[in-house]
Amino acid sequence: MTAWLLDLPLALGLFGAGAATLAARSLFGAVLGFISTGLIATLVWVRLEAPDVALTEAVIGAAATSVIILYVASRIGAGPVPPAPPAIALRLLAAILSALVAGLLAFAIFSLPAPAPSLAGAVLEMIGPTGLGNPVTAVLMAHRALDTLLESAVLVFAVFVIWSMAPERRWGRAPGPAFVAEPHGPLAFLARVLPPIGIVIGIYIAWVGADAPGGKFQGGAVLAAMWVLPWIAGLTAPPRISDMRLRLAIAAGPLVFLIVGLAGFALAGGFLAYPPGLAKSLILLIETAMTLSVAAALACMIAGPPERRAQP
Amino acid sequence: MSLFGAACVLAGAFFFIAGTVGLLRFGDTLSRVHALTKADNLGLGLIVLGLLPFAGSLAEAIKLLLIWALVLLGGTTAAQLVASAVRRDQDPPQ
Repeated sequence: MTAWLLDLPLALGLFGAGAATLAARSLFGAVLGFISTGLIATLVWVRLEAPDVALTEAVIGAAATSVIILYVASRIGAGPVPPAPPAIALRLLAAILSALVAGLLAFAIFSLPAPAPSLAGAVLEMIGPTGLGNPVTAVLMAHRALDTLLESAVLVFAVFVIWSMAPERRWGRAPGPAFVAEPHGPLAFLARVLPPIGIVIGIYIAWVGADAPGGKFQGGAVLAAMWVLPWIAGLTAPPRISDMRLRLAIAAGPLVFLIVGLAGFALAGGFLAYPPGLAKSLILLIETAMTLSVAAALACMIAGPPERRAQP
Repeated sequence: MSLFGAACVLAGAFFFIAGTVGLLRFGDTLSRVHALTKADNLGLGLIVLGLLPFAGSLAEAIKLLLIWALVLLGGTTAAQLVASAVRRDQDPPQ
């Protein structure tokens, strides 16, 4: 019963944060509302006992996306939201559409049979051959590996799109703007102290994903943060986007995934099929390459297209 | 032991509430930063201290302490950055 004491404020807080984001008078306020919404959503996922989703929401939804949006907002300027709102008919239409979608979703959830249909039992039954202990990872890497493969390719395309925003004359240079170094400032201090701890935590989260909540996206995002931090502090320069090592790091995940998937034709009789006994090792191989790719791709997304002037 | 834990967590929650009130009520940015960092450092420290007796294993206890240390590090840096941004925005003292 006392669970309501925690759940009700969380549910109301989620609505409140969403409403605050929409009603914010300034761009900066809207971004803060978005970050709060992500943080509360993380807690909601924890309460729903979905720690894997909670971790992803925290690192991707609340952290990485927020950094990108915050940066964009500061580039656009701290001015008010454009004074001319969309036409009333358009807003009315959007409101009706949102209400319709929310209503249909609510209807679908409330009309579920008492024990909701679930494939969790089937997943747990078939987890043995994968050698994994975390059913979420088993679904992502074995039962629905095709979805994960496509997801991993999306990251590469996202980096393509961001890099293609670069003006012609800056193509091939290091991504992102040049940050002013303040060698004795607090940010430089953090950029020296945090990465050793953060890199260990990032690898741990990716590694533990086989048996516990965690995985490549969550761990890779932490690693990306540890890579970007010294760039922002001005301590190190990011590699040029023409650097083949950087490109290979970004493409490694989908590449390894695809090679293993194609090898499945010869070894196990189907695309993305793992030969018996080798499943755990192959999944680990893919996860390692994917962690590297997620880290490199997210770091490049946060940095943005090449902006800095000619390198010294 | 559980009484000690509950007392610590409650004291920690009090500091968080006080910090939030300070964040909302204080007039200038530097005071607000002060209120916020107090809540982070002391409030979370007390909550971690209160949770330590309930940690299932030594590894879990160390993880709790590590979380506190990382929040300390992050909070301190953020406070320093906000404060130096405030100083930069104000006219330099003559």
